[in-house]
Amino acid sequence: MHVGSIWARHLAVPTSLRDTTHGVSITLSEAESRRVVAGYGVPVSPFVTGTSADEVLAAVDSDATVTYPVVAKLCGRAIAHKTERGLVRLRIADADSLRTACDELLGKAVPEDGDVEVLVSSMVDGNRELIAGLNDDPQFGMTVMVGVGGILAEAIRDVSFRLAPISEVDAAEMLDDLATQRLFDEFRGEPKADRAAIIDALVALARVGAEEVGLRSADLNPLILVDGKPMAVDALLEIDSNG
Amino acid sequence: MADLSALFDPRGIIITGVSNHPGKFGFVTLHNILASGYEGQVFPIAREPGEVLGLDVLGSIDDVPDGAADMVFICTPPAINEGLLRQAAAKGVTAAFCAAGGYREAGQEGVEAEERLVDVCNELGIALAGPNGQGVVSTPAKMCAQIVAPYAPPGKIAIASQSGNFVSSFLNLANHTGVGVSRAVAAGNASVLGIADYLEYFTNDPETAVSLVYIESVEDGREMFERVRPLSQRKPIVVVKGGASAAGARAAASHTGALASDDAVFDGMCHQAGLIRARDVEEAFEAAATFASQPLPSGDRVVVVTTVGGWGVAAVDAMADTRLDPTPLPGDLLAAIDAKLPPRWSKNNPIDMAGGETRDTVPEILQLVAEHPDVDGVVLLGTGIQSNTAAMMRRGPFFPEHGLERIVGFHERQDTRYAEAATEISAATGTPIMVATELATTDPSNPAPASRRAAGQLCHASAGRAIRSLHHLAGYAAWRSARGL
Repeated sequence: MHVGSIWARHLAVPTSLRDTTHGVSITLSEAESRRVVAGYGVPVSPFVTGTSADEVLAAVDSDATVTYPVVAKLCGRAIAHKTERGLVRLRIADADSLRTACDELLGKAVPEDGDVEVLVSSMVDGNRELIAGLNDDPQFGMTVMVGVGGILAEAIRDVSFRLAPISEVDAAEMLDDLATQRLFDEFRGEPKADRAAIIDALVALARVGAEEVGLRSADLNPLILVDGKPMAVDALLEIDSNG
Repeated sequence: MADLSALFDPRGIIITGVSNHPGKFGFVTLHNILASGYEGQVFPIAREPGEVLGLDVLGSIDDVPDGAADMVFICTPPAINEGLLRQAAAKGVTAAFCAAGGYREAGQEGVEAEERLVDVCNELGIALAGPNGQGVVSTPAKMCAQIVAPYAPPGKIAIASQSGNFVSSFLNLANHTGVGVSRAVAAGNASVLGIADYLEYFTNDPETAVSLVYIESVEDGREMFERVRPLSQRKPIVVVKGGASAAGARAAASHTGALASDDAVFDGMCHQAGLIRARDVEEAFEAAATFASQPLPSGDRVVVVTTVGGWGVAAVDAMADTRLDPTPLPGDLLAAIDAKLPPRWSKNNPIDMAGGETRDTVPEILQLVAEHPDVDGVVLLGTGIQSNTAAMMRRGPFFPEHGLERIVGFHERQDTRYAEAATEISAATGTPIMVATELATTDPSNPAPASRRAAGQLCHASAGRAIRSLHHLAGYAAWRSARGL
């Protein structure tokens, strides 16, 4: 899937961000962001979307990869920070609870949010959270990052950057750069991290950055290690609003 | 790619703005070119003909014989330099070092003057270094074409710097350590030739084994990355960056953007391109000096050899924040060493000889360690202490009686021998051997550092600094090996 088409269709969406060095940008919805990166082979947790509770429940029923317990989130172009607004419901056990959650989430939408939908994905299990991302650097162009992630990512600042695109060797060296190497060993009953799978995810993410015109940044945060393999459970892409 | 051979190996040099005042740039440059032993022809130019430093000063570049000079060194103000460059080009000049200021650094008028300077050089096919730079040094040409000191001993390190001050710093360190330099250039305003151009020249230069650069600003980082990556595959490039601690505070919409400090991105670019990034100027020079004089290690396993205790412990501690691994001694190596030392030796890495060495012990143990296939690098500590004792005896009130003359001679010969053994064994085994003692700075005349210096080898001033250099060699070796180089 090519992002350009997504860019073009939604230029009327209100801009959500104003970046002082670059001018105006917009963020894609989580669902759109997930589809773009997944199109390049970046692993994301299985998900479906819908604009009503009925639509969501039907979608969950028809998609065998999405299994309870699930997480439901209200997402849309103008919604970049869901947690802060209470737009995320975790550990939903069954269809009845999901219906209630969908109704509540859709009820929280405000006119400024524009078009919204509910995204439902399987809860994935893993104690270790990485962050991966892209950033269009004013001096070096598109860069790709991996780091120790989750809500503490910006406090820990254990990250490594490269210029996109990257080779598998580059990606392996990015992991070697991180100070927190113990994260990749066996950890609290979870297996050793599958470095090759993380490397593949980073190479794929860097390709998104190198090939998608107009992309400014991307966050996969967190990128959870599930049985040692990376899986993005959130994605946010930021693009130029002028095309 | 610009041909910079006339800049670094000119057959003759025209210097503009020469005066008989020894405080002026033109005079100092002429002095330094002559004092460094430059063997080509030198043509000082001034408004008033006369004589400076025994040379006839010409009143005009028109008086220079055709083809006699291919480089012009400019110490004259911007207003007249375009005309001078035209005259110089007519005589066969293909390279210019413009030391003169008054260009981009001097406001809008200077910006325009610099644009005209660039235009005229492009039109005339002149490779332009500077303007507003301190000069160029080339030891194969015995040339110190600089408005300041120093010159440096010949060697294999090539230097390019966005700050002339650090050219001087690196050259001072070359003089101090004895590990010499092939070329050095201050980029000045770098209006045409920049760091990447110099690196391309150095990488193709048979006189150069390693490049050493100081960078403050990277205008087009992506272009620089694309240009230097193929170069670092051929020869190591050591980089030290000024302004590295300034966080790139940008309004960022993403976590990734918020984490993308200038330094984090620059650092990642260095790793990706195979650039060896040092933390400061001293570390950068020492890394370059080590690249210039030691074989690359084939891995990260390091054995520390020390005459006595604490130094070895500190060396192992210093490895903690590096990629180096203080490897346990392999059984066969331990047994071989055990046969050479009294029972009180450490029987571990660091190899603490516990003062048990006799006449041949240090070279024998170095040989055993360096030739072992499971050892990638060696750090030798504690040399020079015998000569330090000898120095006190030599200066004390009892010398040369009481047998002191004989023992002093023995001590000094031993330290010389250890230093020579380190060089020979390293060359023979292909294993880098670092030698470190603070005597390198506290008493450079001590035979331990003095012999290292005589061999063109760096004597590090501390175990920690030796470890940093070895870390950089091992990092570059790993970068190469991961790419099948």
